[in-house]
Amino acid sequence: MGGIEDLYQEMILSHYRAPRNRGTLTNPTVSVTQNNPMCGDEIQVDVLLDDDGRIVELAHSGQGCSISQSAASMMSEKVMGTTRDEAQHLIEVFRRMMHGDDPPADVDLGDSEALAGVARFPARVKCALLPWMALKDALQSVGTTKETPHGQ
Amino acid sequence: MTEARLDSLAVRADVPILARPSASGRPLVYLDSAATSQKPMPVLDAMDDYYRAANANVHRGVYALAAEATERFEQGRADVARFVGSRPEGTVFAKNATEAVNLVAYAWGLRHLTAGDVVVVTEMEHHSNIVPWQIVAGLTGARVEFVPVVDDGVLDLAVLRDLLATEPVKMVAVVHVSNVLGTINPVADITRMARDAGARSLVDASQSVPHMPVSLAATGADAMVFTGHKMLGPTGIGVLAADPAWLDGLEPFLGGGEMISDVRREGSTWADLPHKFEAGTPPIAEAVGLGAAVRYLEGLGMDAVRAHEVELTTRLLAVLGGVEDATVYGPRDPARRGSPVSFSLPDLHPHDIAQLVDREGVCVRAGHHCAKPLMRALGVPATTRASTYVYNTADDVDALGAALASARAFMGRV
Repeated sequence: MGGIEDLYQEMILSHYRAPRNRGTLTNPTVSVTQNNPMCGDEIQVDVLLDDDGRIVELAHSGQGCSISQSAASMMSEKVMGTTRDEAQHLIEVFRRMMHGDDPPADVDLGDSEALAGVARFPARVKCALLPWMALKDALQSVGTTKETPHGQ
Repeated sequence: MTEARLDSLAVRADVPILARPSASGRPLVYLDSAATSQKPMPVLDAMDDYYRAANANVHRGVYALAAEATERFEQGRADVARFVGSRPEGTVFAKNATEAVNLVAYAWGLRHLTAGDVVVVTEMEHHSNIVPWQIVAGLTGARVEFVPVVDDGVLDLAVLRDLLATEPVKMVAVVHVSNVLGTINPVADITRMARDAGARSLVDASQSVPHMPVSLAATGADAMVFTGHKMLGPTGIGVLAADPAWLDGLEPFLGGGEMISDVRREGSTWADLPHKFEAGTPPIAEAVGLGAAVRYLEGLGMDAVRAHEVELTTRLLAVLGGVEDATVYGPRDPARRGSPVSFSLPDLHPHDIAQLVDREGVCVRAGHHCAKPLMRALGVPATTRASTYVYNTADDVDALGAALASARAFMGRV
């Protein structure tokens, strides 16, 4: 069992207090809402992709705990400017980290690596994954349809 | 004769889990009995002894051991029936309160609701008293209407009165004590209004039967449901208490062994009550454990249990009232509420609160408490909930207050 300081690292709290890229986009390519059935928290992730499928803008909004909110903030910084394939790879690496696997040496998750300790708090894994799963939904839905999907 | 005061330290000594430390090494401060209660030794012993000394499948067994198992099982039913003033044949064991609601929704609703009929629930229902009605409404063409929550967390009975006067309401399903707000609803008035309008009624007594004197007759309901694990008993057993004359006219919910009178290729006939509604091998050890739980509560005296709860709730409301900017939901007057007390802080999300107070050994619940329509009505995604029971003391309540202060200090650092 990790100590509480592993969960509430300074890096996490700093993103929670001053979230980056918080808000909504006026012209997103895709907008997805995910909710955490455990606690009712909701997050909306708006993504604007350019013609090459590169994330040029991303904004997140909604209500949530320090873990989900800081995860969204850190994710938004990391995936900005990545291609869809690169972002999908980061999502998978982050997902594995939440199940206790260290990220591969050649992948840098940036500030999000501060969330590694969440893996030892099973009840909070879903919180950290919430924005990443919203992004995953968003990226999967573009290309198949231009409609705005309604995520779970 | 005056009722003896409840000695919560003596109860505490009967509950072994409360002697273990929390994960953080601090003493365990368990304030989540609205989710499930801890179990005293007499309950654990009764179940253990049943498995060690009397285990066999119930009913139909010719040998003496099976007869003894049946006797212990049926004694559990008799104990529960005595506790809530139901008749044993109108006391049906289910898996939990949720299954008991489903039993009524399917056995009664599926066959007695038709297109256009209305089932009335309330905005403060647990999902277990909403979703089964939505499913059966979907199958029958009936509609589900909600009585709103107003003021400090009470039902707007004028809306119920209007619905009963203007709509073809066939069922009013209402919670006795809200698992979020703690509100004690005037169920006797509500069931009378339903009956006067020709509607059936169901009372979800999951948060009341464990905490205060409750009888089926006093609720006035056609059906009352509650669950074993919130009243010192085991998981895996819930109860439907209802008028046997009504139950007798209903078709079964689940089919299988135990619930039949005869099975032929061309069709089957049903066993007598309550077995008609108990398909398959029932929760035998659980019924034995629930019987022991009921006897334990009777030993404490339900008036004393309720008085202790009012005392602790008064203190809990005072402690939370002293937390800066805390919003406390539900009635202010402890006499009008049961054990669950939900609150929120503007600067700390419920998940973070529950995580941080756990560090001090304090167990509280954070989330939507399976009451999402209520959360939407309150305008919050989630709340933090503390709930006390017979083994809690004033020290437990005070420990929450101290843990909330240090949670704030922790998150406010830098």
